Amino acid sequence: MQGLGPHAIFILAAYGVTFAAVTGLALAILADDRKQRLLLADLERKGIRRRSAGAAKTAKPARRPRP
Amino acid sequence: MRAALALLKRDVALAFREGGAIGTALGFYLVVVAITPLGLGPDLNLLSRIAPGMLWVALLLAALLSADRIFHNDYEDGALDVLITGKLPLPLVAAIKSLAHWLTTGVPLALLAPLLGLLLNLPAQASPHLVLAMLFGTPAVSFVAAIGASLTLGLKRSGLLLALLVLPLYVPVLIFGVATASAAIAGPASPWPPFLMLCALSLASMVLAPLAAAAALRTALR
Amino acid sequence: MPSLANPTRFLDLAGRAIPWLTALTVVLFGAGLYLAFFVAPPDYQQGDTVRIMFVHVPAAWLALFGYMLIAAASLGTLIWRHPLADVAAKAAAPIGATFTFIALVTGSLWGKPMWGTYWVWDARLTSMLVLFLLYLGLIALWQAIEEPGRAGRAAAILALVGAINIPIIKFSVDWWNTLHQPASVVRLGGPTIDPSMLAPLVVMALAFTLLFVLLHLIAMRAEILRRRVRAMQLTQVEQAALVEA
Repeated sequence: MQGLGPHAIFILAAYGVTFAAVTGLALAILADDRKQRLLLADLERKGIRRRSAGAAKTAKPARRPRP
Repeated sequence: MRAALALLKRDVALAFREGGAIGTALGFYLVVVAITPLGLGPDLNLLSRIAPGMLWVALLLAALLSADRIFHNDYEDGALDVLITGKLPLPLVAAIKSLAHWLTTGVPLALLAPLLGLLLNLPAQASPHLVLAMLFGTPAVSFVAAIGASLTLGLKRSGLLLALLVLPLYVPVLIFGVATASAAIAGPASPWPPFLMLCALSLASMVLAPLAAAAALRTALR
Repeated sequence: MPSLANPTRFLDLAGRAIPWLTALTVVLFGAGLYLAFFVAPPDYQQGDTVRIMFVHVPAAWLALFGYMLIAAASLGTLIWRHPLADVAAKAAAPIGATFTFIALVTGSLWGKPMWGTYWVWDARLTSMLVLFLLYLGLIALWQAIEEPGRAGRAAAILALVGAINIPIIKFSVDWWNTLHQPASVVRLGGPTIDPSMLAPLVVMALAFTLLFVLLHLIAMRAEILRRRVRAMQLTQVEQAALVEA
């Protein structure tokens, strides 16, 4: 890579935009994933279960919040 | 068959009686076309060159503005629930309602186009081609608009959403519609190949769009 | 595939696959970027600008792949009512839109040195732009309908309508392009590619595809969890209402 020729700015801009867009997308998706997991953990700690999972899980004792 | 005809008559009659449903679309068409030269300057050569494209784009917008009428009123007053449980198959209901929209919006807009063409210095020899293309292309416009109308039924900001969903689907209609009129002005290509493509688009959407619209109506009314 | 149809099973599998996929994606991107910048020679006509191809072509491929994935998942939603199909479709839409956006911007940046202007109504760029609009419509529809079941079916119908339309749009835009432009325009990523450019292109395409799959898996997991949270919040409200009554 001995310099990128007269149009280096366009090449770097193309890679830069790609990097920025992909990073932004990945961060947004990861943040969403994390947020939903925290919300879910919070609700489970409050002892709320899904209606569909309720039947399957009745055998196990529901997790209670620590006193 | 008699039920289908009755539904068509009812929808057309409603469009005429509902204050200014047709007039508003025509007025919108006039305003968009009248405002264009103010943005582009009064150069008659330029205007005559862009006239077919301008008239088509304005027509698509005017048709879209009235598209939520296809199902919305019947959704509000519950008539759609009756139709969905009635004897007519739902795709046929959707097709009849799209046809009514074409008769009360597409046809009047297409017939107004040559008059508005005078404002844009549309060459006289292109007028018949333009009207013909619009008459045979607007069925595709109305039937595809019905898909958008059924998908956005009862949603907030449904008008804007409808335009965003449907306008990209109009790209082929726009291209072949404008090409038919442009070929009549500038040549050298014959205007008939794009015109036939336009007819094909209309026929295909008359068959396929009601199926999609009916499926969307079922999800909206579930 | 009954095992994959179960969302809990899917979460389990995705959780195990994600670390491996991440590692593989990083390695492939390292190799791809090395090949693209240090191994691939400059094009004799386009010089170094040809290196933009190594991001532009994979992004364009994934833009199309994303829509095909959504269309296939939409069939799954409407015909088989597969419980993961609309999750897959919803998760793929923003990712596909982002890659379409990348394809548009890099195409425009590639075009500037070659055409002297950022935007030319070239048939491929125009078709990409329409594809981008279709993605925006899908995302807007997902956001406008609150109930996930109805949103999933409505978006599936729209995606299939779009999928039927894409070849027609492509055809009409190509036709329109030949009508308005002489054929001498330089085309992006033309049909002849030198073998020395093929290796970096293939590696980069693989890297981008893995990245797509990885992001898609994570987005699907987030979407499944979001629906669980929503269901649990509804139960919570119900229980609260019962207690008060």
